[in-house]
This record gives sequence, structure tokens and C-alpha cells, in this order.
Amino acid sequence: MGLYIAKRLLAAIPVLFGLTIIVFVIMALIPGDPATAILGSYATPENVAKLNKDLGLDKPMVQQYFIWLGNLFQGDLGRSYTLNRPVLDEVMERFWATLILAGSALVLCSILGLIAGVISAVRQFSWADKLITFIVLIGISTPSFWLGLLLILAFSVQLKWFPVSGMYAIYGGGGPLDLLHHLFLPAVTLAAVATGVIARLTRTAMLEVLRQDYIRTARAKGLSERRVIYRHAFKAALVAVIPVIGIQAGFVLGGAVYIETVFQWPGIGSMLVKAISTRDLLLVQGGVLVVAAAYVLFNLAADVVQTLIDPRLR
Amino acid sequence: MSDQAAVSTGQQPEKRRKKDRKGRPSVLRLLLNNQLATAGLVIFSLIVLVAALAPILPLPDPDATAPADRLQPLFSAGHLLGTDALGRDILSRLIWGARVSLAVGISATLIAAFFGSLIGLLAGYAGGRTDTLLMRGIDMVMAFPYILLALAIVAVLGPGLLNALYAIAVVNVPFFARNIRGIALGLSRREFVDAARLSGKSHAQILFGEVLPNVLPVIIITMSTTIGWMILETAGLSFLGLGAQPPQADLGSMLGEGRKILFTAPHVSIVPGLMIFVLVMSINLLGDGVRDILDPRLKSGSLTRPTARTAVERKSVPATDVRGEDAVLDVRGLKTEFEIGSSVYRAVGGVDLKIRKGECLGLVGESGSGKSVSAMSIMGLVPTPPGRIVGGVAMLGDEDLFSASDERIRQLRGGAVSHVFQDPLSTLHPLYTVGDQLIEAIRAHQPLSHASARQRAAELLATVRIPNPEERLNAYPHELSGGMRQRICIAMALANAADVIIADEPTTALDVTVQAQVLSLLAALRRDHDTGILFITHDFGVVSAICDRVAVMYAGKIVETGTTEEILADPKHPYTGKLIDCVPVLGQPERRLDAIEGRPPVVNALPPGCAFAPRCPRAQPDCLQGEIAMRDFGPERGARCLHPLGEEGSADV
Repeated sequence: MGLYIAKRLLAAIPVLFGLTIIVFVIMALIPGDPATAILGSYATPENVAKLNKDLGLDKPMVQQYFIWLGNLFQGDLGRSYTLNRPVLDEVMERFWATLILAGSALVLCSILGLIAGVISAVRQFSWADKLITFIVLIGISTPSFWLGLLLILAFSVQLKWFPVSGMYAIYGGGGPLDLLHHLFLPAVTLAAVATGVIARLTRTAMLEVLRQDYIRTARAKGLSERRVIYRHAFKAALVAVIPVIGIQAGFVLGGAVYIETVFQWPGIGSMLVKAISTRDLLLVQGGVLVVAAAYVLFNLAADVVQTLIDPRLR
Repeated sequence: MSDQAAVSTGQQPEKRRKKDRKGRPSVLRLLLNNQLATAGLVIFSLIVLVAALAPILPLPDPDATAPADRLQPLFSAGHLLGTDALGRDILSRLIWGARVSLAVGISATLIAAFFGSLIGLLAGYAGGRTDTLLMRGIDMVMAFPYILLALAIVAVLGPGLLNALYAIAVVNVPFFARNIRGIALGLSRREFVDAARLSGKSHAQILFGEVLPNVLPVIIITMSTTIGWMILETAGLSFLGLGAQPPQADLGSMLGEGRKILFTAPHVSIVPGLMIFVLVMSINLLGDGVRDILDPRLKSGSLTRPTARTAVERKSVPATDVRGEDAVLDVRGLKTEFEIGSSVYRAVGGVDLKIRKGECLGLVGESGSGKSVSAMSIMGLVPTPPGRIVGGVAMLGDEDLFSASDERIRQLRGGAVSHVFQDPLSTLHPLYTVGDQLIEAIRAHQPLSHASARQRAAELLATVRIPNPEERLNAYPHELSGGMRQRICIAMALANAADVIIADEPTTALDVTVQAQVLSLLAALRRDHDTGILFITHDFGVVSAICDRVAVMYAGKIVETGTTEEILADPKHPYTGKLIDCVPVLGQPERRLDAIEGRPPVVNALPPGCAFAPRCPRAQPDCLQGEIAMRDFGPERGARCLHPLGEEGSADV
């Protein structure tokens, strides 16, 4: 078991390396000369050449990559020219905000999605199933950024139950309760689509499992239907759903970009949007890299959980 | 023979498809599905039509600003949906914006479908290194959170609608590549591709002429399920200000601009959002409909939840007071059918079975003869839908199992009547240890503590001669051999001192030596515990090893009964004779093994008379003239045949 987890951890390393290559290559593909982009089109050729040399851009690509990777290992992601501070500092500060938001959304969508999916499968074709299927369909089709606006209008502006935006109250804020108060709406919005996806998949997985021979065996043993469904079928369905929860981590981390913008949540997503419009590419690079790495780790966690449940994978 | 098999497997799926398109689980659901898909289609077409006609519709200029008219509310004069912060007509902008969003979403889908399918086809068709290389690349791209990758691409290319389109297309390529590669990989190992190769077609010809048409449904399914996403995501990028740039507007950028005045004029952002929602919803409804029709897994109700017990809707109930003197289990007139779509398959058409204490009754027949369905009907283990019991009684002692309550059936299952199934790997739960599964079976019927149930489980394993039982309790099914697993299943069937064990081909999945061990184990257990066994098999070799009496089944009916000796020595029904001829005899290698020609009939449209007649060498015209009654050949000995074996003269015409 420990060995398996160690193996999975090792297998994640090449993936992480792959990420660095892709991120590096994407940034290297930027049309035009970065030095000119930074200095503006009125820069003198001497200044451009000097900056190119300073940035190491006169060296071959492969060498540039390894220099960049070496810096990365030392925690040096470069300096953001718009914020005039190290990229790593800015990214790490904001990463926690994103992790709190995405993490709670992921927990929320897993729990709600699994419950809805199981109810839907067990009461197939009942009004509950139809209602859940309908809500899921709406959830999957709703633009999350629009849903966020609707929720703000309803619960913040009309009902005044939740704050409109931010992570903490500006005056007298702070503390976990204040955080929860601010977190609720963005987390629900972010979880909506993923909940639908997980519910759908859980329903299908449950229906598929319920036709398996071992379910017939469980019934032939004289087990109660409750036990057949919640002990035998659910566990087997979970094995199919967990990797999808891992994939949803990607959608949630990515979707955080919209939600953080809508709710002005101080995470990496809102930072990225700003960085892209100001063309602060080092900041984009750092943000993308950190979030992608987090996604790899989320998937790794999903793998490990799946292994804990399924002895065949050990 | 192999020709025949190829032809018949080639034809069968087609036949099945025709049948299933007509019928799925319930007409209501099908209708509902269709209505939703139809609604989706209507809405989507309407949006597309209006968007396409935008230039000729009497709309105000979407970009004409009118500061005096700014932020008009909904339904104001001249502006049905009001105006935005610059006084532009929202309805007009909405239609023009939908036009842009649709064009971008559809183009992105086509681009992603083209490149993704190409990569998938190549990887799947080429296999080997090309496959590994391409798919590793795809995996790498998929290691990114979807939207993040799109953002990174837009960051590089710079904000703009066209760049957003490229970004969304690129991040969707992996979905197509993966789905199509899987199918293409399977297809390129198929015979028709080999045949095309041998006939000298080029790789390109095979790929686009043979493989592509077969993956087309998958491409369409993937397109219909991703286009909604792509429209959403491009709208999202525009919302963030990274897609459409002013003055050009798509639905997303309208929403993004409106957001700035959310509190003062909510309709400016709500209306375009609603439009995106309706558009994506209609596409998803349509996509689900398309997928339901094209995805084979969703066909023929393979995804309906079976109930805990077979439905009983008896039209005929034989008298229950006539007791078979010493029978523990007495089944009379059992009829079970499957309703699949509009056709009804009468799998079991009036079967009588009687098992005495300690007796082993063999139920013999080819696959598809209805023997398993008969056996599974007894304790209501035939899945409903589509199965249902429509006639007969099953008397366990004085109790009719078909009219017992669900709770009573639960108590009897695994208690008085237990089961052993064919494939011990698929019938044991893969995620629980065999110990857990045994203990569960014991505690479902006996009020024992976990510890004493575990004790009992270990004893049971010892009874079925499993070495180191204590240790084995902690094993998972996949860690055991096939024979070992089947012993576990038998131990489970013994857990609560059953009166009757229903064994459905318990040795078929095992190899011959293990088969012999399991058979002798069952025989010993029967002696020691005086348990009645209903033993289902297609193999007369197995029958001779364990059964006291035999019932031969064909097309849902018992065609011959008798003691094992009588039937083996002197079969009356030609079908029985054929089945016996199929058994190899040790020491007689020169003996001819006759496979029975033809196949058992499909039971939804049985001809009158003897169902075996079309395959029977002794068939006469009168065989097809009407119901053939069981003819007595002695006490508990009978055959449903007009021209039985041993009555020559009438046969040799």
C-alpha cells in the first residue's frame, strides 16, 4: 500500500516536468520579441539587445529552459513588472485563497453530487429522479459567471444574507466565520456545474453496478435492499466516480477564474485575468504553473483514495 | 462453421438495432426523452434561424449609441429588452451577439473535432509507438485544468475573439482524440480492416473508407456533448474581457459589460446570460437525445435499475393445495417472460420441477433454453425490468414463493434456499474480503456477534476444504484461484443450512480437474446435510457425476424427464440424444462428437408444435401441428415427442 502510493508519487514527477515544458514552450511561442513587448515599440535597438541578454533570450531554447527550470527549483519565477514584486510571493499569497475556494467547492460538489446521483438511480423514473435530472441539466447548462451574478442579486442585494464580494469584511473582518460568510456564495456557484456532472455520473455508475452479478449474489444472500444498495452497490460505484471527482478538480480550479472575478475573490484566477490584460506574462506563467501543479496533486489524491477503496489496484 | 458464425454475428447486431430503436425501457420515458430532445432541437433551430436572419430582420443598429436613451428598462417603447449603458438596443445586440457566439462555438467544435479525430484515428490505427507518443502528448495537455490552458493560450496570443476560438478549440482536442482513439484501436483489429488491408487498399483508404465511417457516431456524440461547453467557455473568455473586443460583441462580452452596472441596471447583464443559458441548455437537450440514440450502452434499457425481486403478474395460478408428497421444492407451471420494447420473449413457458430432500435434480439444456431463467425465477432473482413471472407456483414446503411478501423472500434467500452461480469472479464482490462477504451472509440470517460469525465463516471454509481458513478470510476474491472462489461461493450457500441449493452452472467456468473437485464437494455436502440441489448445466458429463434425476429443457419447456440412468441409457427425445452425444467419453477418442446443428430458437415468436423440429433429424410434418403433450414412459419418466428415439419405423422415412 505504502509502496503503491510511493509509486504514484514518483509517476507524478514526469507529469510535473511535462507541465513545466508545456508552460515554457507556450511562453516561448509568444509572437514578437519579448524585450520589445516589455520596453514598448519606441525602445532603442541597443536597449532591446541588452534586455534580451539580461533575460537570457540570446541563448538556445533548450538551454533557456534548463536555466528557467533551475531558477524554478530555487523558487525564482521571475519578477512581475506590473506589481514590481517576485512572482512567487504574489502567486503563493493568492494560491491559498484559490485553494480555499476550490477546495470547498470540490467538497461541496462531491457530497451533493453523490447524494443526488444515488437518489436518482435508486428511485429511477420517480419524480425525485426527474427533478434531480432536470436540476442537473440546468446546472450543467448555466454559465457559472452568470449564476454568480444572479446569486449576488438575490442573496446579497435583495436579501442581504451574504456579502457582495471579497474574502473578508474590510472593517472588523477576519476570522473563520467571516471567511465562511464570504465563501458561501462563490463556493456554491463554483460547485454548481461540477455537482451536476458528478450526479449524472453517479447515477449511471449506480445503475451499471446494480446490474452486476455480485449484486445478484448480495440479494441471493438475503441482504436487505438498503444494504445491497448502500453497502454493495455504492462502494463499487464510488470506484468509478472518484477519478471523475479528480477531473472535476480541474474544472473547479479553472472555473475559479470566473468566480474569483465575479466575487472579487483575491485568488490566482482574478490575478491571471488582470495579468493577461496587462500582458504580465511572467505572472501568468507562475500562476498557471502553480494551479496546474495543484491539479496534478488533486488527481494524485483521487488515485490514492481509489486505491484505498479498490484492493484490485494495489 | 466459422463462416456461419461470421455471418450470423454480422447480422445479429443489425437485427438487434432495429428492434431496440423501436423499444426501450418504458414508452413514457422514451417519449419524455424525445420531447426534451425535440424541445432542444426546436429552441436551438429557432436561435440559429434568428441569428442567421439578423441582417434582414428589422432591428436597430446594434452598435448605434444613444446617450439620451441609456439604460432603458425592459419592455420600454421601441426597446423590447431595454438599452445598455450606451443606449444601444439590447434585443438587437442580443441577436447579433448570439450570431457571433454561435459562429465561434460551432467553428471551435469543428476545428477540435477535425484535429482531435485525426489524432485519435491515427493513434488508434497505427498503434504501437505512434499511439504511445500521441497519447502521451494528449495526456500532457489533459494534465492542465481545461480553462487554465485556454487562458494560457489567450495570454500568449493576446486577447481577441479569434484567439479565444483557437484556445477553446485546442483544449477540446484531447476529448475527441481520446474517445476516437479508443474506438479506432478496437476497429483496426477487426476482420473487415484486415480484409481491406489484404485487398491492397492503402492506409489512407482504409482509415477514411473503413475506419472513419465506423467512428462517425462517436465523433457526433462527442461533438454534441462538447459544443455546449465550447459556447460556454468562449462566452466565459469574453466575459473576462479576453474574447470579443469592443465594438464587436458576443453574448459573453455583453454580460461582462453589463456586470459593471449590475446593481443599477441588472437586466443589461441578466438578459445575455439568460440567452447563453437557453442556448446551451437547448444544445445539451439535443445532445443528450443524440447520445441516447447513438450510444449502444444506453440502448435496450441496459441502464434501468432492476428491482430487488422479480415482478409477479400471474395470469394462471395452479392449485397450491395439491402437495407433491415428499418434495421440498415443487415448481408447477412456471412461466417467465421478458418484455423488451414491443416484443415479449417467453423464456419459460410452463415448467414443472420437483426436488426431494437430499435429491439432486439436473436441469439440462443449451444456453438460451430458459434453464437459468427458470431457476432464477424461483427466488425472484430475474431482473425486473424486463423480466416478470406470469404464471405458476413455486411451493417451498407449504409456502407459495410467488405470493410471499418481499420480506419473507429476503428471509428465505440465503436461508432455506441458497444459490451458487456460474462465474465466481463476477459473483463475489470485488471490494470486500471473502471473510466480510461470508460473515455478512451468516449475520443476515443468524443473530451472531461479528466474532462468532467469523468463527463460523472459518468453519465453513474448512467444510469446503479450503486450507488455512482463518487466513483466507482476509483474502479478496481476485487473490484466489477460480476453484477456490467457487468453494467460497459454495461455503456461502451452506452458511445457513439451506434446504435447497440452486446451482446455476457452478462448474462451467472452471477447468476440468477443479470441476471434478467441486462436483465431489457438492455431492458430499448433499449426503451430509441432506440438502436438495437444483443443478443447472448443459453438460451431460456433469449430470452423470452428480444428478439423481434429470429434466431436459428446450425453448422454455421441459422436453424430457427421468432418472439419470434411464435418460443416459435410453433417451427418448432426439434433443436429449443429441446433448448426450456431445459428451466426450474417456478412452474413446474415436467417438464422434456431434455439435447440434443450428441454434435454439428465439422465444418471442415460437412456431406451433415442437420447437426442436427445425433442427431434428426425425421431424415429421405432424411435429409442427400443435402443442405436443408430455408422453409418459413410466413413473416420473416422460418426453414431449411424437417420434421418440427407439421407436423406429415412424422415423426412417
